[in-house]
Amino acid sequence: MAKKVALLQGNEACAFGALYAGCSFFGGYPITPSTEVAEVMSKELPKTGGKFIQMEDEIAAMASILGASLTGAKALTATSGPGVSLKQELIGYACIAEIPCVIVNVMRGGPSTGMPTGPSQSDVMQAKWGTHGDHPAIAIAPASCQEIFSETVRAFNLAEKYRMPVQVLLDEINGHMRERIEFPEPGELEVVDREPVTVSPEDYKPFDDSQGDIPPLASFGSEYRYHVTGLNKAADGFPTAKPELVDAEERRQLRKIEANRADIEKNEEYLTDDAEVIVVAYGTISRSARYAVDVLRKEGIKAGLFRPITLWPFPEARMTELANQAKAVVVPEMNLGQLILEIERVTRRVCPIEGIGRVDGEPITPAQIVAKVKEVL
Amino acid sequence: MAFDYEQYLRPGKLPHIWCPGCGHGIVMKGLLRAMDTCGLEKNNTAIVSGIGCASRLPGYVDFNTLHTAHGRAAAFATGIKLAKPEMDVLVVGGDGDGVAIGGNHFIHACRRNIDMTYVLFNNYIYGMTGGQFSPCTPTGAKASTTPYGNPDPVFDISKLAIGAGATFVARTTAFHATQIDKLIAAGLRHKGMSVIEVLDDCPTAYGRRNKFRSVVDMMKQLKEIAVPVKAAAHMTPEQLEGKVLTGILHQEERPEYCEQYQQVIASAQGA
Repeated sequence: MAKKVALLQGNEACAFGALYAGCSFFGGYPITPSTEVAEVMSKELPKTGGKFIQMEDEIAAMASILGASLTGAKALTATSGPGVSLKQELIGYACIAEIPCVIVNVMRGGPSTGMPTGPSQSDVMQAKWGTHGDHPAIAIAPASCQEIFSETVRAFNLAEKYRMPVQVLLDEINGHMRERIEFPEPGELEVVDREPVTVSPEDYKPFDDSQGDIPPLASFGSEYRYHVTGLNKAADGFPTAKPELVDAEERRQLRKIEANRADIEKNEEYLTDDAEVIVVAYGTISRSARYAVDVLRKEGIKAGLFRPITLWPFPEARMTELANQAKAVVVPEMNLGQLILEIERVTRRVCPIEGIGRVDGEPITPAQIVAKVKEVL
Repeated sequence: MAFDYEQYLRPGKLPHIWCPGCGHGIVMKGLLRAMDTCGLEKNNTAIVSGIGCASRLPGYVDFNTLHTAHGRAAAFATGIKLAKPEMDVLVVGGDGDGVAIGGNHFIHACRRNIDMTYVLFNNYIYGMTGGQFSPCTPTGAKASTTPYGNPDPVFDISKLAIGAGATFVARTTAFHATQIDKLIAAGLRHKGMSVIEVLDDCPTAYGRRNKFRSVVDMMKQLKEIAVPVKAAAHMTPEQLEGKVLTGILHQEERPEYCEQYQQVIASAQGA
């Protein structure tokens, strides 16, 4: 039987991806250019018995999904840069209390209110370093509407698997771009559910690392009762300031990502085998970059595209290999130099690394990338 | 027979952090008696708080407990309740947490009329951070950040809750210990958002800066300013000057949020 197809905006595809993943709770606050995610969820979630709530502000939206997640629900919110800034306090809470949830950030331009209807990729560093303190981050930047669907499913999977917030970074272009989507059949994409608790209620400790780096999370309202706090805590969830316990807890949280990079990291490569210049691009701009690589190849220039799909953790091992084989790396991004910092850091600048930054609300064109590659070679 | 508080307390998590003379313990005991009276089940109950002295309460009691970020308790609680309406959800916290940083969440929880019970410990001060003034600190009073007297007008939490749409609002004081559990129990039985404001004393951060010579003085003041709503009906504005109404201040029936949402689900599913 033919698959169900539709012409969907990226934001809509994101919402349908969330539903495919089993999302049953959406808490949101309207903000351009992310609103279609909320609008689709408000229509579709109740059909499945799920809950949609429009909260009084961005912080409340984030709080509501954390409360819902603690009852066992897969929970989503969608916002844009200023909203993510407001949510940072509770994104940090989700990190320390290890509460799974997904935050979609349809990036817009500017600091502050900036350019509400203009695209950008300027929240790459906010996704990693936005909140205070040390904690791991997972952020995914899909490029096409189909990929927004499947990567939103994967975002939920990673959130549940690693017990932490996961951010999906779109931009105004792929959020509002319409493309043909094939809806995967149930079972076609992997859907990860929360790991069940196997110990007895008396023995349950929500942060017990004797069960591994990612202890199972019980649901409020089940037979397991426990305490959750934003304070540094011991295995039983109650606050502690004992140096050895605080240190072990913080390091465990970083370890759960570092030890599982192979499972989390995802990249796409195009003509990189013999590439002398590597274009590193993500999200919408990777589409310009792929076109530019084709143009360059026709002109006999050995260009290749490295497209990180997972921005955090950054796929640093493969990036470093590519930088070592290349004469130059070019990084086009709709900001004034964010991911390029990470590329410079991890590759130790083994070759020249040039960025193309654009913050005027217009996408970076293939011609701009072609010109920059010719300039650096 | 004496009430067995220990059945609801977590072994090993006491003593609490509250200072000698603080009324929070009185309120917590009233809360536990009320929960017992209403037969709340431990597994099926969530107690949510923000940050501050009162917000440490969830750590001591044996339910599903959530100590969140400053001011955000009502928003977390809304997520819990809407995701799992069969759970009983309570919020506890202080005046700074609830109506300063958490003011927006507080009024909107009242507006939605979501079925939860918010016990607000109003001790007029930020205790945990060392006595800075709150929206409930009396005008003219001394706090660590109002060395010349507080220039700010005062929030009336109960009036705020009524105005915002809470369908059950009651007020009492830590002096009126036996009224606390009765009002909380009535709030727990009420279908919809219930707010129980308990005027409370903070001898350490408020009393010692404001000429209260002892905890007994603070308790006496709580006793003196409290006027039951029925008695107030027969009093003149002059007689009511400086007094605080206590008892059930407001109760009405209005559709509850989670039940309303069930209708949304029914509509979406084509019922």
